[in-house]
Amino acid sequence: MSALLIAEHNNTEVKPFTLNAITAASQIDSDLHVLVLGYNSETVAKSISEIPNVKKVIHIDNEIYKNYIAENFTSAVVKNAENYSHIICSANTFGKNLMPRIAALLDISQVSDIIKVISSDTFLRPIYAGNAFATVKSNDAKKCITIRPTSFEPAETSGGSAEIVKGDLGEQSNHTKFIKKEEIKSDRPELGTARIVISGGRGMQSGENFKLIQDVADKLNAAIGASRAAVDAGYITNDHQVGQTGKVVVPDLYIAVGISGAIQHLAGMKESKIIVAINKDGEAPIFSVADYGLEADLFDALPKFLAELNKLNTIQK
Amino acid sequence: MKILVAVKRVIDYNVQVRVKEDNTGVVTENVKMSTNPPDDNAIEEAVKIKESGKAKEIVAITVGEEKAQETVRKALAVGADRGIHVKVDGVIEPLAVSKILQKIVDKEKPDLVFMGKQAIDDDCNQTGQMLAALLNWPQATFASKIEVKEKTLEVTREVDEGLETIEVNIPSIVTCDLRLNEPRYASLPNIMKAKKKPIELINASDMGIDTKPRIEQIKVEEPPKRKAGIKVANVEELVQKLKNEAKVI
Ligand SMILES: Cc1cc2nc3c(=O)[nH]c(=O)nc-3n(C[C@H](O)[C@H](O)[C@H](O)COP(=O)(O)OP(=O)(O)OC[C@H]3O[C@@H](n4cnc5c(N)ncnc54)[C@H](O)[C@@H]3O)c2cc1C
Ligand SMILES: Nc1ncnc2c1ncn2[C@@H]1O[C@H](COP(=O)(O)O)[C@@H](O)[C@H]1O
Repeated sequence: MSALLIAEHNNTEVKPFTLNAITAASQIDSDLHVLVLGYNSETVAKSISEIPNVKKVIHIDNEIYKNYIAENFTSAVVKNAENYSHIICSANTFGKNLMPRIAALLDISQVSDIIKVISSDTFLRPIYAGNAFATVKSNDAKKCITIRPTSFEPAETSGGSAEIVKGDLGEQSNHTKFIKKEEIKSDRPELGTARIVISGGRGMQSGENFKLIQDVADKLNAAIGASRAAVDAGYITNDHQVGQTGKVVVPDLYIAVGISGAIQHLAGMKESKIIVAINKDGEAPIFSVADYGLEADLFDALPKFLAELNKLNTIQK
Repeated sequence: MKILVAVKRVIDYNVQVRVKEDNTGVVTENVKMSTNPPDDNAIEEAVKIKESGKAKEIVAITVGEEKAQETVRKALAVGADRGIHVKVDGVIEPLAVSKILQKIVDKEKPDLVFMGKQAIDDDCNQTGQMLAALLNWPQATFASKIEVKEKTLEVTREVDEGLETIEVNIPSIVTCDLRLNEPRYASLPNIMKAKKKPIELINASDMGIDTKPRIEQIKVEEPPKRKAGIKVANVEELVQKLKNEAKVI
């Protein structure tokens, strides 16, 4: 049998995490088909057909898929799911919202947020905010799986030429109405895929002080993250939150500023290649995961850090 | 209006979770247990809606072993009117929980079901969406703001790109984010009063639902440890290390 991956996109472009999910999905089953549900989304179907790992694209284009309403998506996925052994999607807010609804209708116990494919039915997944790793085997005939995108490399995007076929339209739900999405647009790299992330916590003391972080982020071409405490306090918007109940990031360099290092925060950044912590409390738990810890007042250290970076001419954008 | 709120008993979020030496799970003996944090937000929101006059009754439900009742008791102490404890021993997966909740919903006929967005033990983030599917109700997940209207709810959802607002017809399922509200503490008099509120006990085995796990837990291990890092003396040293040693800038 084959595996079916549900693509995430914005009707014009494929979202980057879909590429990571494709890598994981093709480890599960090399006969990978991708379902594109969207509205005026031909370019998405086309670009997915060019991904070498993808063997077939099933495209369903209808206005009811414009705003990614889980109820509408679910009906379409269930209708097209019959010949697949696995239904797969990334474990971000898109997939977390959608997949359990599909799994329940198919009477499948979903495996969430896998970080490793051991075999087609056995997977590794973190539990307890990443304090333990569980190896789990799904005994359902069909499997519903969500992928932690940062645990897999993105798939190649060119060279393939999979056929694009039309799928069966699902039913429309009249019980949910999309009203609006407040997307915070920025020129900075996306948090989930950035090579460098600099995050601020409650120690920043105010939203205005995040300027210090922005300046460094601009210099390093970094994405900006935050602890839940910083978001809760209104210093920065929710899309920046890193952690168990926020985003998971695995950059080459993660710089935690004024963040104590609660396990719920570590759950979202502990796998980063290099971790730097700037904190005035030498006992802060963040230092236990930091490769380089700087015990200092951030209001003193951040301007100096920027000045030192400015002295280097080698920073690649 | 009647609101059903699902609360789960989990290892307290402050506990440093340890993996058992025989790799069969995590240590739960003599470990502090609490209500799953966003479930407290779910109860709080229900209580606020009741206080505003828009709801008449709040029923708190838990599915779990004997001691799971504590979480229902706590919900009663902050404002739920009565409780239901569906007793089941051993591991129970979100799919089975949602099937149990579906039966309870059929019986209780609530207008809304509030739940947490994610249990911090299994980190599944499934049960609310599954229940919504089984009931064929609309779902509003990851809610950070709820506005109760005539026959609908307007819900602000926390999504990766920022905030999304949707309107769902009642009846519906809402899964709550921690930012939805600030859960209150139970006062001593209310804790005393809660002791008199009724909790109905139902045995899952009498419900005709197969609750056997479909997912086998083969082993549970410690995650790989990071190797110990160093403290740097000043910003200059930090930048030098990042450039010359780690080579990340
Ligand atoms: C169910 C649940 C889920 C959660 N999910 C998440 C999550 O996804 N992400 C997350 O981040 N948190 C999450 N949390 C919250 C988490 O437990 C912590 O409360 C939070 O991470 C703390 O944020 P913080 O480190 O910014 O604040 P604090 O813990 O208050 O730490 C502030 C730090 O700043 C330092 N500091 C202060 N002033 C300065 C200065 N001038 N210079 C240098 N350092 C300074 C202090 O020494 C301190 O270490 C969750 C909690 C729960 C219960
Ligand atoms: N055993 C349970 N008893 C009551 N509610 C539960 C149970 N399991 C999950 N829930 C509810 O479902 C939410 C999400 O859980 P999960 O899908 O396990 O992440 C929790 O926050 C609870 O509101």
